[in-house]
Amino acid sequence: MADYRALYQEVILDHNRKPRNYGTLEHASHHAVGHNPLCGDHITVALNLKLDPECGECIDGIAFQGESCAICKASASMMTLAVKGKTRTDAETLIQEFLAMATGKLDLDSPNHIGRLAVFAGVRDLPTRVKCAILPWHTLHAAFNSVASASTEAAEDPMHAPIGNA
Amino acid sequence: MSAVRAAFHPRSASAFDIERIRADFPILQLKIDGLPLVYLDNAASSQMPQSVIDRLVRYQTSEHANINRAVHYLSETATSAYEAARRKLQHFINAREEREVIFTSGTTDAINLVMHGYGRKFIKAGDEIILTTLEHHSNIVPWQMLAEEKGARIRVVPINDAGELLIDDYENLFNERTRFVGVMHVSNALGTVNPVKKMVAIAHARGVPVLLDGAQAVPHLQVDVQDLDCDFYAFSGHKLCGPTGIGVLYGKAALLEAMQPFKGGGDMIMSVSFEKTTYNTIPHKFEAGTPPIAAAIGLGAAVDYLSAIGMNAIAEHEGKLLNYATEQMKHMAGVRIIGTAAEKAAVLSFTVDGVHPHDVGTLLNQEGVAVRTGHHCAQPVMQRFKVPATSRASFAFYNSMAEVDALITGIRSVQKVFA
Repeated sequence: MADYRALYQEVILDHNRKPRNYGTLEHASHHAVGHNPLCGDHITVALNLKLDPECGECIDGIAFQGESCAICKASASMMTLAVKGKTRTDAETLIQEFLAMATGKLDLDSPNHIGRLAVFAGVRDLPTRVKCAILPWHTLHAAFNSVASASTEAAEDPMHAPIGNA
Repeated sequence: MSAVRAAFHPRSASAFDIERIRADFPILQLKIDGLPLVYLDNAASSQMPQSVIDRLVRYQTSEHANINRAVHYLSETATSAYEAARRKLQHFINAREEREVIFTSGTTDAINLVMHGYGRKFIKAGDEIILTTLEHHSNIVPWQMLAEEKGARIRVVPINDAGELLIDDYENLFNERTRFVGVMHVSNALGTVNPVKKMVAIAHARGVPVLLDGAQAVPHLQVDVQDLDCDFYAFSGHKLCGPTGIGVLYGKAALLEAMQPFKGGGDMIMSVSFEKTTYNTIPHKFEAGTPPIAAAIGLGAAVDYLSAIGMNAIAEHEGKLLNYATEQMKHMAGVRIIGTAAEKAAVLSFTVDGVHPHDVGTLLNQEGVAVRTGHHCAQPVMQRFKVPATSRASFAFYNSMAEVDALITGIRSVQKVFA
């Protein structure tokens, strides 16, 4: 069985206590609300995409807020740090890698961009908590695509379809 | 087996032998990650004693065939065991007649049966249905579907900060449009025991029938449907030490006879031609198709087991568990008990400051303690207390004081992780 305590590592507890980029974003170009109907948790992700002549769309600013468990809040907080300043393409790649990791489909020894986000690898052994960790990432994906609302559940929701092969 | 033992050696409430009872439940010997299982999720589903498991095995090994059909030995045996189970359930809730006991797939199915059989026939546009804030989604959504279809209106009885229904408000909701009342006997989210006998009397004084959702009451209290005088009473087998997939709808015979069938099919008919079908008598009118025979017989064995211990002895032991847990939790800094009604069954909903219930649940699981976390299919209750979710420890008669201690220790270690 998984060592559950491993999931509640100091870095996750720290991001839960002091979430980074928490709040609203002035003049956001994209935003989405994500819901986890299983527990009623919800988070909002707002971001500002700037067109850079050299590398295309770039995440100039990002913020999140909402009611959620420690796993979800820490995941959102670390997500904002990971994608801020990145191109949309790089962020989309990271979304796919994170979803693959959370569902146990990513080989962490192969080349990837997960880095510090590997602290969430443990959720793959807690099927009921996977949704908590991936909600921010689904919501970011929804924001990119200007989908008004993301969900980890609803069948009719565009987010229900797997993102990439995750 | 122990049900038989207990039947021969009836014990008094004071002789409640928790160790002997625990030995009847094989699953309670489980280890979770090396730690003994502390199962405190009984309001979601209870565990099954060996005597019920044995009864299911015996049925499948030597008694199974379809019922009410063939004239051969096995069909006769299965039919008689199935009908014997109906009589056991009848006596367990003290129904007047056995035909007033309808086997359903569970509480949800039973409530849907009443909605389709009674509601769709008798409730019309402009009529009002009274429900309460405490209701489980299963006693809200069917009535919303009916209200939408018919153009009826749902009125809701509010609760106070302790989680008790406001009975004066309930009384004031009645008017000449009121056609139906649905109330849960015991709240699954808070444990509140509602004054349902009084509520039935108030409704009957105005000629309005009442459905009681007894899913959380039947496992913990002595329920007497004649004393309550309710018109319908619904409950599930799997919360009552029985199998999943079986439940009961009790209904007063005259009402059941006046109702239209819910599901059409075999067994629920007297005769069928393409010109006209005549429906069977109750209870068969409401038991279309092959029922969950084994599950019904298993539920019969479960109520034998519970009756041998005695529902009053069960209620007394669970009351002690609840008081002990409440006393300890009341004095824990940063822990808030949600639901503090004067009359409570053994359900303890709580929140831990600064810790989301899902994190509480995952960390308690690490200590071998199984609790439910979430909205408990009672989102209006969560909205009333302005919490998205709670953690809920729900006790059964086979839980021990040591298990309450494990819960309290577990909550302390959750607080330590999040300190």
